[in-house]
Formats: sequence, C-alpha cells, structure tokens
Amino acid sequence: MIRLNIEKTLKSGGGNMVLDLELNIVKGEFITLFGDSGAGKTSTLRMLSGLLKPDSGIITVDGTTWFDSHKKINLIPQQRKVGYVFQDYALFPNMTVRQNLEYALQRNQDGDIIEELLDLAQLNELQQRKPETLSGGQKQRVALARALVQRPDILILDEPLSALDLKMRIKLQEYLLQIHKKYKLTTILVSHDVGEIVKLSDCVFELQNGRVIKKGTASDFFGLTKTSAKFRFSGEVLKIVQEDVIYVISVLIGNDIIKVVSDRREANGLKVGDQVLVASKAFNPIIQKI
Amino acid sequence: MDWQPLMLTFKLAVITTAILFVISIPIANWLSFTKSKAKPVIETLVSMPLVLPPTVLGFYMLVAFSPENAFGNWLNEWLGIRLIFSFGGLVLASVIYSLPFMVQPIQAGLSSLPSTFKEASYTMGKSKMTTLLKVLLPNVKPALLTGIVLSFAHTVGEFGVVLMIGGNMPGKTKVASIAIYDEVEALNYSAANSYSLILFSITFIILLIVYLTNGGYFKRFVQ
Repeated sequence: MIRLNIEKTLKSGGGNMVLDLELNIVKGEFITLFGDSGAGKTSTLRMLSGLLKPDSGIITVDGTTWFDSHKKINLIPQQRKVGYVFQDYALFPNMTVRQNLEYALQRNQDGDIIEELLDLAQLNELQQRKPETLSGGQKQRVALARALVQRPDILILDEPLSALDLKMRIKLQEYLLQIHKKYKLTTILVSHDVGEIVKLSDCVFELQNGRVIKKGTASDFFGLTKTSAKFRFSGEVLKIVQEDVIYVISVLIGNDIIKVVSDRREANGLKVGDQVLVASKAFNPIIQKI
Repeated sequence: MDWQPLMLTFKLAVITTAILFVISIPIANWLSFTKSKAKPVIETLVSMPLVLPPTVLGFYMLVAFSPENAFGNWLNEWLGIRLIFSFGGLVLASVIYSLPFMVQPIQAGLSSLPSTFKEASYTMGKSKMTTLLKVLLPNVKPALLTGIVLSFAHTVGEFGVVLMIGGNMPGKTKVASIAIYDEVEALNYSAANSYSLILFSITFIILLIVYLTNGGYFKRFVQ
C-alpha cells in the first residue's frame, strides 16, 4: 500500500503551481496517472521515487516511511527500491545492452536475473549492441528490463510508449501486463492514450493543476460501463463534415480512419482533436479471414 | 643544444595535467549540478586565469609564498616547503593558471548529459561516486581529452607566471619558453629556433590528435 499525501510548489514558465495530492495505491495494482501536460504527473512520480523533495507531507510504502516533513525523514532514491523507466529511456551509451542491465545489479545480487530478463524482453540477440544502434521499441524494452533488475516492488513508467508506433505500442503493452503480473509489481503509469489506459490499468487518477480531480476504475473512468455494446473503440476526431441534415465524423482508431454518422446534437458537442468512444451493437458483424 | 629546459617543460606539463585532472573532476561535477548561490563566485574564480595577466598571478604568488611574509614563512618553517624559485612552486602556479582549461570542458561535458542518466543510476541504488565514475565520466570522454590536452598545451606555453615565481634557474625552473627568451636575449637565434621549432611541432601534433579523435576520424578506420 502506497500512501502519498504531499504538497509542493512547482515553479514553471507560467508562474507557480501548487501540487497538493492525496493518493492511496493498493499493492499489486496497475495505476495510471492521467491529465494534461503540466498537471503534475511527472513531478508526482519524481517525488515518489525520491528525485524531487516535497515541501511538506508524508509518503509511506507498506508501512515504511519514505518521507515525512515533520519527522525530517527523506529517504534518498537509492534506498527506495523503485524501478523507474524514463521517457527518454536514459540508457547509458557507454555500455552494451547487457552491461546496462548488469550495471543495475545490486551488491551480492545473483546474476541469473539478467538472463531471465533478456529472455523475457527478447533481447538475447541484441545484448552486445550499444543503445545508439537500437530502435525506439528495442530501447524501450532495454529500459524496462533494466528497471526490473533490482527486483523493485514499485515500477514507475513515465509515458514510456508515447514515442512508439501503434504496432510496437500494442506489443509493449502486452509485455507490461505480463511483467506486472509475473513480478507482482505495483505499477504506476503516466499515459494519455485512452486505449492503453483501459487495456492496462486497474485504477485511474486524473490530475489537473496539481490536484486529483477524478478517480476510478478504467472502465468507469471513461464511461465504458454506460454502454452495453459489444464493439467499442476509442479514437480521435479528425474531421466533422455536415452533409444535408446529418454530420459525418471521421475518427482515427489505431491506424484506420472510420466515418461515423451522427446528428446535429451529437456533432455539436464534438470538436476536432477530441478523444471519443465509438461503440456499436454487434448483432450483424461480418467476419472474414484476412 | 641543451635538452634540459625541454625535459623540464614536459615534466611540469605532465605533473600539472595529472594534478589538474584529479582536482578538476570534483570541481566540474559540483559546478555542473549545483544550485548553490556560491556557484557564480566559484565559476568566476576558476575562470580568472583566462583573463588575468599571468604576471599578476605570479606577483601575488610571489608575495604570498615569500619567506619574508607570514604565510610563506609558516610554510617554510613548519612544512619545510619553499614555493618560490622552486619546481614545486611552478607546479602549484601552473595548476592554478591552467585550471579553467581543465574545468570548463569537463563542466560543459557533464552539463550536456541528460539529467536522467544520473537519476536512473540513483534509482538503481548506485551512489553518487559510482554514478560519476561509471556512467557520467565515460560518457564525456571527448571533454576529458579536450581538458587534458588544453591544460597540457597551456602549461607548455606558459611564460609570465613561471618567470615571476620560478625565475630562471637551469634544471629547476628554466623551462623551454624561458630558455627561448634567454637565448634571444643573448642573440643566440639558432638555439632559440631549435626550442621554438620543437615546441611548435609537438603542440601541433598534440592538437591534431585531439581533433582527429574527437572528430571520430580514427573510429572510421577501426570499424
């Protein structure tokens, strides 16, 4: 159980922002922090991992105090046992893939975990390569494997998939789920992708201007339980065109653009760039092998 | 030709560079990551030798280390160290004089690394020392090489500080740059030319190697 109740004034370009958060995270859950950029998501992760010091408050993890401003307790990142996957991966260019993983070994730790993780992340053939020669998805797998070497209880993922193409994202989402279960992690993800969040997370916290404004299970959160549809996809509105009395809305779902017919009332509530859910009752689908 | 001044020059440059390398890494590391208010002051002090006439530096060191004065006297009486007109004094003066040439490239190199390198290493439980030695420094090798070579070349070329604090004692403080001046004073142009030519060639070759290495010219042949 992670209990985090902290306050921190962040200085940003547009003036100061006060981050005032209360998060309770159940052990073993997959959590997503969701919200606009600048809402305080990354700062929250940095404070949990000890890279940023809160102004005041308390952080406890499984009954151990990591930070307490009254008792003047502030564990350094080295003592917190958090696996952190950075947005830029932070792979060390002077080391090969294998050496990057080996560097993360703790004193007296058995090296078997390296083979296990190389296998799991399918990095065996790449283990002697330097990070600069790897593709984005490969780097991502190395960063993920490296964060797991020290057997952390908590895994932090700061928008790890945002720079990857769709196919790679889907593959890595599978990895994340697999790893989350296999190592019984408490995983905290920052993501903007609704599909990704629904697929991965147990619980979603939405942050806005440094505060949690909404919390719930992924399905509740995005209103998925309101519909009884069999097909449902999330996507982004690309174009809204009026044709006579109806509106045709082009929606990007994955790599496909689909056109959805809607009436004026529905179309008025939408604008280009909105994230939407497209659902349909599946009473007459056509299935064919491709 | 008397080789002693040249040998002395290179001995001084090697020792100075070695000392500078060791002391500049912590200074550069501190400067590149600190948020302390003292940073601009320390940066200014480190960079002063770039703009200060060498004779000013030499003059103050001469005054400070002279056994006539309290500090110099204390050094002499209690530690048995005489820093003026001695090789030890030359080394100290050169270290101060060439400090910015070592600190600045390393500082620039370390500042250019993404902060996540350091942070990733910390979250893996690694100490600041391990992080510096195994992650940060190996990734700024060109900056380290630049620092080493610039300090070496700058020490080889120094004149004013050496003359002020070291004088012109054969075998002890008479380095090549002073020997050249000496020979010209004595209208011994051919000897001055020999020293000059050697210094010219060696510094050219050293700098060329740096540009070739940092420009990756050698790597193209190896890979």
